[in-house]
Amino acid sequence: MALMTLSSPHAHGNNSTQKVMLTVTLATLPGLAVMTALFGFGTLINVVLAALFAIATEALILRIRQRPVMFFLKDNSALLTGVLIGLALPPLAPWWITLVATAFAIIFAKQLYGGMGNNPFNPAMIGYALVLISFPLQMTTNWALSSQMGASVAGLGDALSVIFAGGSADAFSGATPLDTYKHLISNKTATEVLTDTTFNGWLNGGWEWVNLAFLAGGLVLLWRRIITWHIPVAMLAGLSLCSLILGWDADMYTPASLHLLSGATMLGAFFIATDPVSAATTPLGKLIYGAGIGILLYIIRTWGSYPDAVAFAVLLMNFAAPFIDAYTQPRTYGHAKANRGLKKPEAK
Amino acid sequence: MTHQIQLHSFDGGIHPAENKQQSTRTPIRPAPLPALLTLPLGQHIGAPAVPCVAVGERVLKGQLVAHADGFVSVPLHAPTSGTVVAIEDRPVPHDSGLTALCLIIEPDGQEQWIEHQSLLDELGVTSLEDIAASDLVERIRGCGIAGMGGAGFPTAVKLAVKRDDNGNSPINTLIINGAECEPYITADDMLMRERADEVIHGIRVLLHILGAQRCLVGIEDNKPEAIAALNNACQSLDQSSQISIVAIPTKYPSGGEKQLIQILTGEEVPSGGIPANLGIVCQNVGTASAIYRAVYHGEPLISRITTVTGDAVSDPGNWDVMLGTPASHLLQLSGYQPQPLPRVIMGGPMMGFTLPDDSLPLVKTSNCLLAPSVTEMPVNEAAMACIRCGMCTLACPAQLLPQQLYWFSKAEEFDKAEQHNLFDCIECGACSYVCPSQIPLVQYYRHAKGAIREERAAHQKSEQARERFERRLARQEREAAEKEAKRKARAEAAALAAANKKAAAAAENSASATPAASGGSSSSPVAAALTSPALEKLQKQLTAAQTAISKTKEKLSAAQQALSAGDEDQQTKVAALESALVKAQTRMKDLAKDIAAEKKALKAQPAAATDTAAGPDKGDPNSPERLQRKWETAQARLDAAIKRLEEAKAQGLDTVAALETGIVKQQQRVDEAKAAWQAVTGAPVATNTDSTEPSSQSSAEADAVRKKIRAAQDRLNKAQERLAMAREQQLDTVDALTLGVNKQQDKLNALTQQLAELEQTASQTTTTSGTD
Ligand code: SF4
Ligand code: SF4
Repeated sequence: MALMTLSSPHAHGNNSTQKVMLTVTLATLPGLAVMTALFGFGTLINVVLAALFAIATEALILRIRQRPVMFFLKDNSALLTGVLIGLALPPLAPWWITLVATAFAIIFAKQLYGGMGNNPFNPAMIGYALVLISFPLQMTTNWALSSQMGASVAGLGDALSVIFAGGSADAFSGATPLDTYKHLISNKTATEVLTDTTFNGWLNGGWEWVNLAFLAGGLVLLWRRIITWHIPVAMLAGLSLCSLILGWDADMYTPASLHLLSGATMLGAFFIATDPVSAATTPLGKLIYGAGIGILLYIIRTWGSYPDAVAFAVLLMNFAAPFIDAYTQPRTYGHAKANRGLKKPEAK
Repeated sequence: MTHQIQLHSFDGGIHPAENKQQSTRTPIRPAPLPALLTLPLGQHIGAPAVPCVAVGERVLKGQLVAHADGFVSVPLHAPTSGTVVAIEDRPVPHDSGLTALCLIIEPDGQEQWIEHQSLLDELGVTSLEDIAASDLVERIRGCGIAGMGGAGFPTAVKLAVKRDDNGNSPINTLIINGAECEPYITADDMLMRERADEVIHGIRVLLHILGAQRCLVGIEDNKPEAIAALNNACQSLDQSSQISIVAIPTKYPSGGEKQLIQILTGEEVPSGGIPANLGIVCQNVGTASAIYRAVYHGEPLISRITTVTGDAVSDPGNWDVMLGTPASHLLQLSGYQPQPLPRVIMGGPMMGFTLPDDSLPLVKTSNCLLAPSVTEMPVNEAAMACIRCGMCTLACPAQLLPQQLYWFSKAEEFDKAEQHNLFDCIECGACSYVCPSQIPLVQYYRHAKGAIREERAAHQKSEQARERFERRLARQEREAAEKEAKRKARAEAAALAAANKKAAAAAENSASATPAASGGSSSSPVAAALTSPALEKLQKQLTAAQTAISKTKEKLSAAQQALSAGDEDQQTKVAALESALVKAQTRMKDLAKDIAAEKKALKAQPAAATDTAAGPDKGDPNSPERLQRKWETAQARLDAAIKRLEEAKAQGLDTVAALETGIVKQQQRVDEAKAAWQAVTGAPVATNTDSTEPSSQSSAEADAVRKKIRAAQDRLNKAQERLAMAREQQLDTVDALTLGVNKQQDKLNALTQQLAELEQTASQTTTTSGTD
């Protein structure tokens, strides 16, 4: 009897790329829920919109590149990219910003590099950075006010009108706590700053809940072994250390608590910096990579002119990832020491 | 005895579903005899055994049927009594899917044993300690024992440790591998449960041979029965309590030799090294039991325990099966149910390989036949892109970066793959197992390893070729210099002789010198042709080379004999001799070529002489010969251009116009060349009244033929070279090339004959004109 021949191993774990991507997407839901509760429907609309745009763009490009559309679409990576962009954009950003960011992310940052797995940069962050640089006005002032800032939250109707019909968002939007603190602390004390409406007595103006929700989602990823602890821990440690050492005086600098629990810190630490494709992959490399993001994050937030810096910090470290990997190879079994770099060891 | 052993752990590893309980429900059953036993001669690592029985011969159970071929090889014995019905190439179970020489035995059902006895009885001693280690190793070698855990390395080779002058052994720890970490397989588990005494006896033999202080038996903690059985056996058999039964955590691949050593000792086998570098020897439990049988009963390795399992068999279990039994026989015994997409894996699901056909026999290393259903082990889905998730890195027990290795292998950046320690990959498959994108990583690594090995071999070859080429160049230069020196010497001698002659002639004062001046000048090169010293020298060298070759061959065969007799030191000698032989042969070939060239040149000399006689000097650019050649090449170019034009026209290419202008130009050139030739040939013919039209024509014709001969000779040489190369490398193009060479030779012969005829007519004409 002739038999079928296959190469070993014949057994396979039940993990799959679809599952990984889907789990990551699902793990953002707590954060999404909290954002929607705090900032109104804008975030939800953005996320749905971005996801749809992302999938449509991916399908289109796959079609043009003559790749099997369904085979690649079902890996859920476009969905995840869309969701991350939707979460990163200001809740009341007009729809075309979402479209530009998503399309750019999928077409230029992912497919033109050869698609899934071949992109050196995090597509979501490329898309985000593009619109941040191109449309700074819409990107920095359209942050919806949270219900904890004493403002009324944009309802569904308001959100739709702002996003699609170009309605004015002024009534619902303002600067983020990170931005506000940075600007106010230059001539006020910490206690005075906190009386600003953005904080309304609370340090983070509701952002702590958003961050805690993303942290919870991140812990799920850790528990499901989709990510390892290295990057988030290193990144948060890098950020904390910088803000503790350099910004120990809350009357002069943004305090560590605000850094950790405001802005896109937790989203960045668990969902964006850990994007496997563009991150460092060796255990030691991940630590360096994560710490680098944390430090850059602090530097750009403190001395840069943008309200948040996750995108830039991640993209900068993406540059370094292949190099970091090459220089942090683990010591292989039976070798006295690890290889470094990409050159062949001469003496054998 | 359970001792307190500090366990260590290895990085990575996975926990695949164990699936072992299916095949441990029934005890080991002896498998009934199949109709035919197929015994591959190479069931181990090393040189295949050499058959020592003839087809048609009756053999007894346990009789030696093939002896070991050298040091790293093991003999083979008949698993039962019967008749040898064939010795021929058959497909063998090997992941390369090749065929190899097999011995086929038809059992007679009588199970008639050859005489055999315990080594203790044979030597008349009462205890194991009274036997010399070398005698035990000899017994193990003679019984054909090779590692039964999977690799099949000849056991006696591993045991041949050299003690120092004080009799101290370099080995301090014997590790017995009972981990059996692969899912599904339970052959070792059942062996330990049912034949624990045999295993412990075997271990004691091993300890005695190696002079090791302790033995650690590593068993995964999912085999409590086996651990208990061995502990029991130890209590009665291991008074010196050197043996520790160690339960290790269940994790794949803890049964990998390197991993097991790390778990039990915390040490790592150096990359490219062997456990003995650490003072450790590692053996499998099955091997220990086989050693017991060999030493205490004189039974060679003729059967083993094999697990048959998987959803496709209704009655999974372990069989005590004779080597050479076809897989189909065992599958049938276990109730095989036909499957869609049938698959049979020899070995486990992680590292086993699929059999191309179920008629393949079981060999010394076959620990498991796994026949899964499709639902049980889905056929690999199409791989998706690597998402660099790093899960493979976490799973790798060798601390490699499987993902990077994959990217490098895929991009064929082999140097980078090597730099990332590709060759430390043990192909355990843990990375593939966890990869969410279902990438067949191990397949990529195997491919890359194969390609790198090939590259290395090719590099070595090209290095040798380069050296050879350089040596030849140097030799040619040297010879040219020698020739030049000789030529000078000859010229001087000739001048001297001429002077002498002149003097003699003057002295004799003889006016009537019979040989005409022209005759003298033409006859001297002919004489030189017959006695060319260069040719003689070459021929002498050739004879020397031939004797050297035959001597080297003699030495080589002697060394080979010594090698097969077990003298390992001969290995390097053989290799050296072989390369020397190849070198000598190439030298001879080169010489033969040189001689041919020399002969050709000599042959050409008389022709040149006729040339000189017939027309202007060859070196003159306006010589008719040159001009004719010019014309011919121009004509040939024109023909080619026309052909190209036709092609272009046929295919409607837009180069047509360009080609046409080119052709017109070429035509002009041809006409010019022709005219020039005619002008020149016309003139000497006109001035040279002695010579007649036919002679010049025939000389031109002869030139053309000579040219053809040169070309044909060239082609022949090249073809011969290629043939020689093909022969050397044993390519299958040899026949075709031989044919080609013969054809070329024929052509050449025909041309030479033509030339000879032409020359004859030409010389006739010259003679006639000379005597005119
Ligand atoms: S497990 Fe597979 S997908 Fe993940 S990094 Fe390794 S090869 Fe890539
Ligand atoms: S197959 Fe090689 S690379 Fe993959 S896990 Fe095993 S040792 Fe590591």
